[in-house]
Amino acid sequence: MDAVCWHSVFFLLFALAACGFALAVVVSTNVVRMAFSLVLSLGAVAGLFFLAGADLLGGVQLLVYLGGTMLLLVFGVMLTARGKAAEMKTTPGWWLLALVVGGSLLAVLWQAAFSVDAWSTPSAGATQSQAARPTAAPIGLALLGVRVDQPLGEEGGEPVLSGYLLAFEIVSVHLLVVLVGAAYLARAQRRPGTTASEETAPRTPNSQLPTPNS
Amino acid sequence: MAEYLTQYADPRLANVIAALVHCGLLLAVAVGAAAFFNWLERKVSARTQDRLGPTRVGGRFGWLQSLADGIKLLAKEDVIPAGADSPLFRLAPYVSFSAAFCAYIALPFADGWVARHLNVAVLFILAVAGLEVFGVILAGYASGSKWSLFGAMREAAQVVSYKIPLALCVVVPVMIAGTMDLVAIGNMQRGWLTNWFLFHDPFTFVTFLVFLTCVVAGVNRSSFDLAEAESELAAGFLSEYSGFRWALFFMAERASMVAVSGLAAILFLGGWNGPLPVATWLHLVPESGLLAGWLGNLLGAGNFLFKCLVGVVFMMWLRWTLPRLRIDQVMTTCLKYCVPLAAAMLLGAMLWTYALPGGLLPGGRPIGEVPEGSAAVAASERGGR
Repeated sequence: MDAVCWHSVFFLLFALAACGFALAVVVSTNVVRMAFSLVLSLGAVAGLFFLAGADLLGGVQLLVYLGGTMLLLVFGVMLTARGKAAEMKTTPGWWLLALVVGGSLLAVLWQAAFSVDAWSTPSAGATQSQAARPTAAPIGLALLGVRVDQPLGEEGGEPVLSGYLLAFEIVSVHLLVVLVGAAYLARAQRRPGTTASEETAPRTPNSQLPTPNS
Repeated sequence: MAEYLTQYADPRLANVIAALVHCGLLLAVAVGAAAFFNWLERKVSARTQDRLGPTRVGGRFGWLQSLADGIKLLAKEDVIPAGADSPLFRLAPYVSFSAAFCAYIALPFADGWVARHLNVAVLFILAVAGLEVFGVILAGYASGSKWSLFGAMREAAQVVSYKIPLALCVVVPVMIAGTMDLVAIGNMQRGWLTNWFLFHDPFTFVTFLVFLTCVVAGVNRSSFDLAEAESELAAGFLSEYSGFRWALFFMAERASMVAVSGLAAILFLGGWNGPLPVATWLHLVPESGLLAGWLGNLLGAGNFLFKCLVGVVFMMWLRWTLPRLRIDQVMTTCLKYCVPLAAAMLLGAMLWTYALPGGLLPGGRPIGEVPEGSAAVAASERGGR
């Protein structure tokens, strides 16, 4: 190692950013700042993906989580965060609950991460046992249409390419149809006065406007 | 480049220098484009309205106008309204600009001339270009003004909606090419202009028109610039900004205009491959030597930048000619016309590629084969896909 290990430098940079902004989400009391910290935290995670060479995963992280989910979240928060709703006070009970839930998740993940041989310091015979371990990879590949658990075709036979891709796609299209239907039903049943409180926010941009820091 | 520099310098230093040179070049393109298009926009708008535009600064044609504008903006007072959320208000312009600038990381300017050769460059550019809206939303919220908030709301609704047809349009050339690598996509369209994906089949031609509409809406330009509608929202999310922060928003807008024009040029208009195979006639291809290949690339980069320029001028022309749409018209255009049209074109292009892989004319080269001798061949062999 003659050169500065830029990989580690950037890894630490992105990791610190991800953790720091994740903490900021918890500590901050302003809803919009929380949402924006979450954006930056997820962005830093995307940076980690790019750093690891997983360009596709990083791009999808940016596109789906930041460009899609977080955009809608920020949009929703911006519309609802007015006056008192903009400040979120967490009571000690919530802190306790969050610590218990988050702590147990962290414990599980910690355990899982350090049980992967490839991630711990290499020891003798670590690489041999790795292949035999059951992983989630066959399921993931099968969802993409590749069945690694089935033999890849006999002599002259066609390779098995069925997988669960079609079922997966049908389920997602079905979900989309359900969403469209729900939106249609919600629109059709609205009558003036009865469901005013349940109306979606963008349709009634009323005069109450957010006043940050008020 | 880092490998090249390692011959002369410490590898540690070489990496840093290579990274700095790449960053510097890209920043020069982004900021230079912003300054140049600032001047050009003044001239184009003036000519559209039968005026002269800037004529004095810097001698003929007022070509130093951008510099004068820059000095003026830097000297302006940076006002932050009392009701604003100060940290977010300060941060918003940087978010916008860095998102717009990030798209250049994966944008190739010629065969192999790209800061970071990603094999999912299309996805990356789409993803990053979509993040610019965060800056606008933050600006709108943090300004603490109703005009700004309305602007931000419109922007969010518009960008989220237009992302869908935009992605569908981008899928068409990606499907034809069989790769998301922009360098490979550009190289596939080598030769005459009939090799451009624009003329690949009738469906891609229509797709390009839909893509243009969505791109203009995506970079928030007139006639889709509802977020900063001067006449109704008093500049929308920009209302409370002044000085350098305001300029950053404009630089972001111009930079992303160039970036999406470049994306359009690569996906549909052949990228750095001109209407005529001039580089091949002049034997400026990588096979005839390092210098010839480099000169050919330089020619290609000029060609590519010219296409970007045409794209940006097209957007300016639209802005100063057409009236602004209403928000419901914007949504109708997207959801009732662009999305179904893009989906139908995707299906059509799919069937066309399936039925006529070689094109209508006999002896056509099946698209999807990268021509020999380009840098992308070696790169794609290295990186898979």
